[in-house]
Amino acid sequence: MAEYRALTPKRLLLIASLLAVGVAAPLVLPAYQLQLTELLLFIVFALAWDLVGGQMGYNSFGNVLFVGLGMYGAAIVQVGLFYDVGLYNAARGGGTQFVFDVPQFITGLALGIPAAALISAFAAWLLGSLVLTMRGHYFAICTLGLGIAAGQIAAGIPWIGAGSGMLTPNPPEALGDVALLLYYLALGLAITCALTFAWLLSTRFGLALNAIRDDEDKAEAMGLKTHAAKVTAWVIAAGFLGAAGALYGNVVRFIDPVQTAFAGATIGVWMILMALLGGKGTLAGPIVGAIVFQIMKELFWTYLLGWQRVALGLLIIAVAVFFPAGIVGFIRERGSAKAKEQNQ
Amino acid sequence: MTSNLLILYEAPALGLQLAIDGILIGAVFALAAYGMALVWGVTNIINVAQGEFVMLGGLISILGAEHGLPLWLTVPLAAAALYALGWLLFYTVIVHLLGRDMFNSVLATFGIAIVMQQVMAHVFGAADRIAASSLGSWFFLDNFVVISKMKVVVFAACIGLGLTLAWFLSRSRKGQAIRAVAQKPEAASILGIETRKVYCLTYSLNAAICGAAGALAATAYTIQPYGGLSYTVRSFMIVVVAGLGNLGGVIWAALGLGVAENFAGFILGTQYQIAFVFGLLVAVLVFRNWRLRRQRKHLE
Amino acid sequence: MTAMLQVTDVTKAFGGVVANDAVSISVPQGAIVGLIGPNGSGKTTLFNAITGAQAIDAGSIRFEGQEISRLLTGEIARAGIIRTYQQPRIYGGLSTRDNMLVSASIRRGSSPSLFRRANAKAIAWADELLDFVGLIEKRDILAGDLSFGQQKLLELAMALSNEPRMLLLDEPTAGINPILIDSVIERLKVANSKFGLTLLVIEHNMPVIMDLAQHIYCLAHGSLLADGTPEAIQNDANVLDAYLGAA
Ligand SMILES: Nc1ncnc2c1ncn2[C@@H]1O[C@H](COP(=O)(O)OP(=O)(O)OP(=O)(O)O)[C@@H](O)[C@H]1O
Ligand SMILES: [Mg+2]
Repeated sequence: MAEYRALTPKRLLLIASLLAVGVAAPLVLPAYQLQLTELLLFIVFALAWDLVGGQMGYNSFGNVLFVGLGMYGAAIVQVGLFYDVGLYNAARGGGTQFVFDVPQFITGLALGIPAAALISAFAAWLLGSLVLTMRGHYFAICTLGLGIAAGQIAAGIPWIGAGSGMLTPNPPEALGDVALLLYYLALGLAITCALTFAWLLSTRFGLALNAIRDDEDKAEAMGLKTHAAKVTAWVIAAGFLGAAGALYGNVVRFIDPVQTAFAGATIGVWMILMALLGGKGTLAGPIVGAIVFQIMKELFWTYLLGWQRVALGLLIIAVAVFFPAGIVGFIRERGSAKAKEQNQ
Repeated sequence: MTSNLLILYEAPALGLQLAIDGILIGAVFALAAYGMALVWGVTNIINVAQGEFVMLGGLISILGAEHGLPLWLTVPLAAAALYALGWLLFYTVIVHLLGRDMFNSVLATFGIAIVMQQVMAHVFGAADRIAASSLGSWFFLDNFVVISKMKVVVFAACIGLGLTLAWFLSRSRKGQAIRAVAQKPEAASILGIETRKVYCLTYSLNAAICGAAGALAATAYTIQPYGGLSYTVRSFMIVVVAGLGNLGGVIWAALGLGVAENFAGFILGTQYQIAFVFGLLVAVLVFRNWRLRRQRKHLE
Repeated sequence: MTAMLQVTDVTKAFGGVVANDAVSISVPQGAIVGLIGPNGSGKTTLFNAITGAQAIDAGSIRFEGQEISRLLTGEIARAGIIRTYQQPRIYGGLSTRDNMLVSASIRRGSSPSLFRRANAKAIAWADELLDFVGLIEKRDILAGDLSFGQQKLLELAMALSNEPRMLLLDEPTAGINPILIDSVIERLKVANSKFGLTLLVIEHNMPVIMDLAQHIYCLAHGSLLADGTPEAIQNDANVLDAYLGAA
C-alpha cells in the first residue's frame, strides 16, 4: 500500500513525459534501438523477478525458465501455425519453403506472445505448487536447478532444433522496420507490467506478499492463504516473463537453448542483479536497476570484450556484498535518516 | 529409450559396467559434497562456486601434467593453489557474508562462479580437457566390463582424502575448533576460539578439498571451465539427502547418485544426463519437503 | 454441552524433554480460560500444538467438534483460532496500519477480495483498533521500528481485527506499559462479553489472570497440576509449591 500514491497533476506530468521519452527514444537514437528494446525487456525481467524475490521474499534463481519457455513457446506458435515445426528446424529455418508473408508474420506474433505468456504462467502454476513450499537456500538452489534442467532438456529435443537452437520466423521485407515494431511492443509490455504491479502492490494482495516476506509463519497463523498467494504471484510474474521472452526471441532472432533461452548464468542472474542494484522490494528499483545495468553492460561489452562476464560477475559480488539495498533503498535510507535527524 | 532398456535387460554385464563407473565417479562427488557440507554447517553459507573450485583444481593439474609433473605432485599443487584462492576469497568476499541473509551469500558465490568461469576459459581455453593417463584398464567377463585403472586410483584417493579429512575434524585441535564453532559459535568464541579464523580455515580447506577432487578427477574425467555448476548441484543434492555432518551418508548418497546418473545417461541418452541430475535435484527437494510437510515442517 | 476447544491427552516431547505430558484442557464457548505455570512448564508448547505450529506426538485436539490436530496452521486459523506470540510477531517491513489491514478478517466483508484496495470501512476498522491499543499515532511508522511493548499491542490489535472465534494469547501483558494493562484487560472482557470471543490466556501476571479468567489450568513440568476457579487455584497447595519451587 506504501507504493500507491494518488494521481496528482505532477505525477501525471511525470508519467506523460516518461511516455513521451519512451515513444521518441528509438526515433531520436536509432543507433541504440536494439539496446533500448533490450532495456525494456530487462525492465520486465527485473520487475517480474522482484515481485516474487523482493516483494514476497522468495529469491528465485530460475526465473529464466519462464523466459525460455516464452521464447520457445512463441517461436513454436509463430512457425507451427503455418509450417511443420520439426521440418522447419531440420532446415534451420532457412530455405525458400519457410517464408512468412505479412499477415502470417503478424498473426504469428499476435498469437505467439499471449501463448508464450500462458505457457509460462501454466508452468509456474504447476511448478509453484511443488517448489513454493520450500524456503531459503532450498528454494534458491531448487529454482536454479529447474532453470538449468530446462535448458538441458531443450537441448536434447530435435523437434525444436536441439542443441543447435531455433530461429524465429524471418520477418517479411514488406513489413518494413520490424525492429521498431518490436520496440513498441516491448514498450507496451513494460508499461503494462509496471502498471499491473503498481496496482497489485496497492491492493491487499500486495500487503499479503509483503507479509509473507516478513514472517510467513505468522501470515499463515493469521489465516492468510499464503500458498495460494505465493503461487498467484509466481504465475503473474511468469506470465510477464513469458511474454517478454517471446519478444526477446524475436529480437535476437536465434534461440540457443543454453546460451539464450535458459541462460542461468547470464539473463537468469542479471535480472536478479538489476532488481538488487536498483532496490529490491520497491517498484522503482527494478526499473532504475535495469537502466543502470544496461548502460554498464554496454560499456563492458564495448571496452572489456572477452572479459564482460568477469566484470558482471564482479558487479554481482560487489552489489550482493556491499550494496544490497540498491540505489532506491540507499536514497530512502538517507531520506529516513535525515527525517530522523530533523525529528530530534 | 525403451530400446536402451532392452539392451540393459539382454546384456546385464552392461548394467554392471554402468554401476561400477557410477560408483567410481561417485567418490569425486562425495568429496566435493563433504566440503560443501563443511562450509554449510560451519558458516551457514552455500558455496555456489563449489563446482568451479573443482574445475580449477582439474585445470591446474592438467597444466601441471602437461609440464611433466606426476599425479602425486599435481594433486597437492592444485590443493595448495585452491587453499590460497579460498583464503583470498574469504577475506575479500565471504567474510562480509557471515551472518547475513542467505540470499546474499548464494548470489555472491554465484558471482564468484561466473567470474571464475570466464577467467578459467581465458587462461586454460574453453575446451573439454582431460589429463592423459597411461595406466590402462582391467577387462572382465569376456571384455564386457572394462575398468579403467586410473578411475580406481581416483576412487581410492578420494575416499582416502575424505577419511583423512574426517579424522582431521575429529582428532586434531583445529578440527575440534571447527566443530566447536559449528555447534555453538558464541560459546566457542567465549572459550577463546577466534571464530573468524576458523571460518577462514573452513572455507579455504573446502577449496583445497575441491581442488584435490578436481585434480584427481581430471585424470579420468573431462574438465571444462563452464562445467562447474553441475558439481555444485550434485554436492548440494548429496548434502540434502545425507544431512549435514554425516560422512557415511554423504558417501552413500554420492555413490548412489553416480550410479543413478550413469544409468539415466544410458537409458535417456547422454545428452540428458545433466538434465537428469538437475531434474533429480528438484525431485529430491520436492520429496523431502513433502515428507516434512506431513510433520508440519518444511525445508528451510 | 461439549466444549468449544477440547484438548485430550496431548503429548509432545523434544528429545528427552516431555514438554506436554498427556495434557487435557477444555474451553467452553464464550469463556475466558487461563493457563498458568512456571517457566518451561509447557504452556507455549500447548499453544503450538493447538494452532498447528508443531506436530503432536499423541492425543486429540477438537475445535467445535472437529479434530484439528492433523490440520495445517492456516486451516486452523481459518477455522477461527488465532493466536499471539510470547515474542511478538508482526510484519516489520510494513507500516503499523498496513499490518492491521492485512490482518483484518475477510469474513467480515470489509475487504471482500485480496485484489482490492482497502476501503474506507476497512481503514476505519483498523484505525479504531489502533486507537484502542494506543498506537494510532504510530500508524505510518514501520512496525519493525516499534518497541517491544508496542509490537505486543499491535499484535493484539491485529489478532482482534481478524475477528477469530477463539483467541489464544501468550502473555499479553508482558512488556506492556503498566498504565495500559488495565485497559487491555477491559477491552478483552468487552470483546468476550459483547462479541462472544472465547479466550485462552497464558499469563504470568497473577493479578491479571485472576481478574480476567473464570477458570484456570496450571501446568508444571509438562503435566497438568491443577485446575479450578481463580480462588481455588490461588489456594491450591500444589500450585503454590510449583511456583515457589520454581522460584
Ligand atoms: N522447539 C523446541 N525444541 C526443543 N525444546 C523445546 C522447544 N520448544 C520448547 N522446548 C522445551 O519444552 C519445554 C517447555 O517449553 P515452553 O516454551 O512450552 O514453556 P512455557 O511454559 O511457555 O515457558 P515460559 O513461561 O518461559 O514461556 C522447555 O523445557 C523448553 O526448553
Ligand atoms: Mg512460553
